[in-house]
Amino acid sequence: MTKGHHPSTPTRRPDRAALFIAAVLAAIAGLIFWDVSRLTGTAGYSQVGPTTVPYAIAWCLLGLSIWTVFEALRGDFPERERQEVAPVIWIVAGLAAQMLLLNVAGFSIATGILFALTARGFGKRRLWLSLPVGIVLCFVVWVVFAKLLQLSLPAGPLERLFF
Amino acid sequence: MATFDFLLQGLLVAAQPMNLLYALIGVTLGTAVGVLPGIGPALTVALLLPVTYRLDPGGSLIMFAGIYYGGMYGGSTTSILLNTPGESASIVTALEGNKMARAGRGGPALATAAIGSFVAGLIATLGLAFIAPYIVKLALVFGPREYFALMVLAFVTVSSAFGDSTLRGLTSLFVGLALAVVGIDQLTGQARLSFGVPELLDGIEVTTLAVAMFAIGETLFIAAQGDKGPDKVEAVRGSVWMSAADWARSWKAWLRGTVIGFPIGAMPAGGAEIGTFLSYATEKRLTKHPEEFGNGAIEGVAGPEAANNASAAGTLVPLLTLGLPTTATAAIMLAGFQQYGLQPGPLLFATNPQLVWGLIASLLIANFMLLVLNLPLIGLWVKLLTIPKPWLYAGILLFATLGTIGANPSVYELGMLLAFGLLGYAMRVFGYPIAPVVVGLILGPLAEQQLRRALSISQGDITVLFTSPIAAVLLVIAAAALIVPLILRARGRGEVLAQLAASED
Repeated sequence: MTKGHHPSTPTRRPDRAALFIAAVLAAIAGLIFWDVSRLTGTAGYSQVGPTTVPYAIAWCLLGLSIWTVFEALRGDFPERERQEVAPVIWIVAGLAAQMLLLNVAGFSIATGILFALTARGFGKRRLWLSLPVGIVLCFVVWVVFAKLLQLSLPAGPLERLFF
Repeated sequence: MATFDFLLQGLLVAAQPMNLLYALIGVTLGTAVGVLPGIGPALTVALLLPVTYRLDPGGSLIMFAGIYYGGMYGGSTTSILLNTPGESASIVTALEGNKMARAGRGGPALATAAIGSFVAGLIATLGLAFIAPYIVKLALVFGPREYFALMVLAFVTVSSAFGDSTLRGLTSLFVGLALAVVGIDQLTGQARLSFGVPELLDGIEVTTLAVAMFAIGETLFIAAQGDKGPDKVEAVRGSVWMSAADWARSWKAWLRGTVIGFPIGAMPAGGAEIGTFLSYATEKRLTKHPEEFGNGAIEGVAGPEAANNASAAGTLVPLLTLGLPTTATAAIMLAGFQQYGLQPGPLLFATNPQLVWGLIASLLIANFMLLVLNLPLIGLWVKLLTIPKPWLYAGILLFATLGTIGANPSVYELGMLLAFGLLGYAMRVFGYPIAPVVVGLILGPLAEQQLRRALSISQGDITVLFTSPIAAVLLVIAAAALIVPLILRARGRGEVLAQLAASED
């Protein structure tokens, strides 16, 4: 399933987003069939092996996909509220930035950026204020968790400056 | 009686100074996080799991017990003072509790919730201690097929018996089950669904999935609703203490709530919500002040809040004795056990009685600490409620990613966090429940193991699953739990089930 930015379609028309979900479910089922089929048939004398359960799950997903198609065509899916796209993009950008910068810039800077961009997504526009606040806060968190509780949080230039 | 000795031994373990400290830290953190709007017990437990990583299993589980009870307690404070319940089990508390707070009776509402939680927690934890040995005895005669049937029942009740759609509940469950297949097969060592990616061989971490779905999915969903103005926090005016009349009206409601909530939690029926709704309905029927219901009746807070806590203790019965999680919170607690290589179930009572009874005893102690801690500190919790949304959610994401990085500092793990966060968001938008995914992921491999054992013994004969009377009865109940709601919904009686939906955030 992917992001649900699809505008809600009027009822009594085929629900395109729901049809898309059905397609994704069928695709997952297909993926399981494809992957499991290459496992060598080691079912053994009892006919149950590593492939039994994945096949059962894939068949059920296929069935659910067909069921979803029916509900989509009948317009049985609930009405969806309008979703604002911009805040979602800000927050996803923050998470992506943290992921990519973590090992380069260290925990405090990477997570500080996540902090500031999330606040931006919720309407705090002054990044020049929230960014330093975020970095300082994350540094304090780093000291508590990495030094006191001995969690392994990656250190960067900022952390090495003090420890 | 043996139970009594075990419980006393457990109390001795729990009363060691270090363990008392762990319990105290647990309840404080649990309440502080649980009180934050939008955070329910499942997310509280998932967020605070990393705090316990470096402790020994005993201390960590004791802290965990405190976090669990603290999180449950914090949720009720939120729903009384802010009309957006942090957990769906507190929705009913919000009905009357928020009305009381608006009428300036927030203090007594919080007090009856706190004392009711204490009374219910005390009775239900003792109930847990006394019932557990019997269920353990029963569970020892369970073979693989009985376990499999029990897990099927749990799957059905968690995913499709309640909520507004069988289809979406089952879809969530099977997405979780499909994710559970990823990694090395436990019985043959073959890699499944890992597509040659080495990181996938270990499978998908339950805590990563839970934190992503609950914390990141929820944050994205709230952000996408746009700015709807600040929530109104009701100030606590006047005395926190209850008057004699309040006491007189509350105590029966507490006991009734406990009696309703505990069995429901103890059965693999999923969720504390059902008990709270039943308790509310009961109080409404029995009250001598029907005119107050809807305008802030104290029984309407006392009963459901007691039921809520009693069923929270009740869910520990299947979790500890059978290793069967019936809520998302219990699923994450099971993940907490597994991180120390402990598998809850009848064997744990035999091999590690100190740990199990220490845990049960620290639930009693945590419960007592909460009572002492919460009434005087209520002002502090109220302050936490007023944190503006941007900082609140920025902080939630900070701690959500902190937990994941602390467990496994890799870019790959954060990528999973982001991907599942988006999945959780999309599922919220389309009205899919979250809990079945988490329960499916953790229970899937266990169910598969039992199924394959049962079928290996029978040499592939599927009928063996139905020839044991216990397994057959359990499967019939599971089938009924799947089919009856379908019929109810088809005949347009689905609203009741939708209200009972088990969606813990």
